[in-house]
Amino acid sequence: MSETKTNPQGDPVTSMEPEQKTNPQGDVISTVAVQKSDGKKDPHEAAKKQKVVTPEYMFLEAPREREFITGSESAKEAVRRSNVDLSIAYPITPQSETMQLIGVLYGEGYVKEYYRGEEEYGVMSAIAGGSRSGVRCFTATAGPGTLRGLEPIASWPGHRLPAVAMFTCRVVNAPLAIQPDNIEVSYLLNCGMIVFHAENQQDMFDFIMAGFIIGEKNDVTLPVGVCCDGFFVTHARGYVRMQDRGIKLPPREAWRGAVPVLDAENPPARLSRDAPVQKSNFMAYNIHAVWQQEVWAAVERSRKYINKYMGGLCTAENMDKAEVVIIASGSAAAQSREAARLCAEKGIKVGLIKVRSLRPFPTQELRQLCKDTKVIVIPEFNYVGWLAKEVATAIYGHSKAKIIAGPHVYGGQSMPVELIVDEVESGLTGKKSTNVPLSAIMGVDDPAAMAHFMRSI
Amino acid sequence: MATKTASKEQERIIVPGPAGFHPPSAAQLGVMLPDPGQGLLYGILEPNEEKVMEEVARKMLTSPNATIFPGPMVLWNWNDHAADKAKAVLEIAAQVPDVLIIPMPDYRPKYPKIDPEEVINPNHPNLTIWGNKIEACIFIGVHCHYANLTLKMIRAGTNCCTTALCAEQGHEDAMMTVRDCDAAKLRRVAQVFKRVREEMKIKLPATGENVRFTGTQSKVHDGKTHTNPLTFMPAGGTAGAAAFGHKAEHMQSEA
Repeated sequence: MSETKTNPQGDPVTSMEPEQKTNPQGDVISTVAVQKSDGKKDPHEAAKKQKVVTPEYMFLEAPREREFITGSESAKEAVRRSNVDLSIAYPITPQSETMQLIGVLYGEGYVKEYYRGEEEYGVMSAIAGGSRSGVRCFTATAGPGTLRGLEPIASWPGHRLPAVAMFTCRVVNAPLAIQPDNIEVSYLLNCGMIVFHAENQQDMFDFIMAGFIIGEKNDVTLPVGVCCDGFFVTHARGYVRMQDRGIKLPPREAWRGAVPVLDAENPPARLSRDAPVQKSNFMAYNIHAVWQQEVWAAVERSRKYINKYMGGLCTAENMDKAEVVIIASGSAAAQSREAARLCAEKGIKVGLIKVRSLRPFPTQELRQLCKDTKVIVIPEFNYVGWLAKEVATAIYGHSKAKIIAGPHVYGGQSMPVELIVDEVESGLTGKKSTNVPLSAIMGVDDPAAMAHFMRSI
Repeated sequence: MATKTASKEQERIIVPGPAGFHPPSAAQLGVMLPDPGQGLLYGILEPNEEKVMEEVARKMLTSPNATIFPGPMVLWNWNDHAADKAKAVLEIAAQVPDVLIIPMPDYRPKYPKIDPEEVINPNHPNLTIWGNKIEACIFIGVHCHYANLTLKMIRAGTNCCTTALCAEQGHEDAMMTVRDCDAAKLRRVAQVFKRVREEMKIKLPATGENVRFTGTQSKVHDGKTHTNPLTFMPAGGTAGAAAFGHKAEHMQSEA
């Protein structure tokens, strides 16, 4: 005789009356997206009909149609086509609406699992867990959120976790602000992850999708950070050429990764990858050292895939017989393109190198492109000039160009293109700049200024 | 007869060490992984992977204490493909007189002290190389991250000539590497080994017992010194330790 189950009030509970958890408002709480049961259209119907295509077809062959959308919407559309398994959100104040839009995708069935984390440390840690278990993960954060999550983010490469994170850069220093400033990119550059810098909505769309495929290559198996200058890209609209939403990338093949996935079904689940740092001896230090070497070797191996799927680590425009070359990344590239046009109207030939991949950095490409350049101008949306340092280090000894580490804007300022034009003219004529100190110019004849610059590097 | 190649003679980049206290990785030295059909020979891209297989065979047939290190992907009976690859590995082993087989069953550090005759480990692989005086070895079935750690440490601290027969894209820190090694390609490697061995007029023992046990392995095999690798073929279905000669009392003593 079977025992009758009762509720706390003593009423019999039968299978016909399933207990449903509700929130204080009386809405049903479910661990999966609730599908409408009104007999109308299945909200997941379109997602279920998506067809898997090869990355080669998706990136190189599939026809595209143009839409006028924001950067956050372009990130959403990229995720829609990327077969994402898990996305975790924390809506920090200066965040864009990106993660909210990913929530919409979850409701539509394009993302298999989605929830809000406690804060960024928890989100980035949970992304690590998801990626370790073998699923494709995506998240986005900004400014202070990036720094709050930086400890787990910095551990992703060593654990060989090919998640994709979008960083919509904002001011991170006090006094607090919510304006664009890409200083946080400099914190990400030395984590061992792949770092792309998107100029516009189109880049954001393309880099996110390519990031999944590149990061998941067996010989790479690394996280990918897709940065953009917050607000300028996330909130503003631009034209984005996109493939049909009825196709998507193949799922992650975690079994092909460089490390075995965490198998939570078969304990003991080793949450740390057998950390040798628990011992203090030469071998423990040695394994950690070669581990770091291996992470950076994987960064190197990603070059060929970036060339294949993204068309290169950098792009070069109007380089033929250019008197001056502007090297820029992110939104600064857009401003630089306009500055180059204004310079052309003045009869000055200016080339533009747009750096798309900061890690790996296009060292060989820049050495080749800048070997005969006389003046290089590097405008940036931050105080420290991290891109100028990268460029100077890369081409040192391979170019005799005067390098002008500026102009810089920061704290949320936009960059008038005239500032860049001024530096182009100053670089050519030797006229004193009103925006870039002499100490930020490498290649001048003044040994003291030169020494100052090198100390800054 | 040696296979012809179109590659030019270049200075070798990745050679047996000891390369130093903490030498740069092969990637830092500019070594890039091969494309399908190619291999790496001492850090140089070799357009013909068959030539790499031949050099691996020569090294394994002529170096003291040549050893095969099978990793988890061929040690454990995950599926039929894994079992088939394991058989192919044993076919390679069957071509090398006195070859050792020392497993890398997992990637956990072995503390407080590793038995170098029992296992090799990516956290301190040089101890197994030194402990057995191994001067040539092949890694098969190790996850790529851990293979790369292992190969870097061996090159830094030992004089062992390393080979990686990789199911994926190969390993630049190995002195020699062949990529895309499924069971069929591993059998091709075994055939190349056979051809090179015969060209070098190196004979196998008439009993077929050419795999040499380490001291530890000998103890669990009743003092036998050698075995025939082809008699170790895993049975169909899920194989237990018993299929490989382990008896219940051995397992009891290990508990």
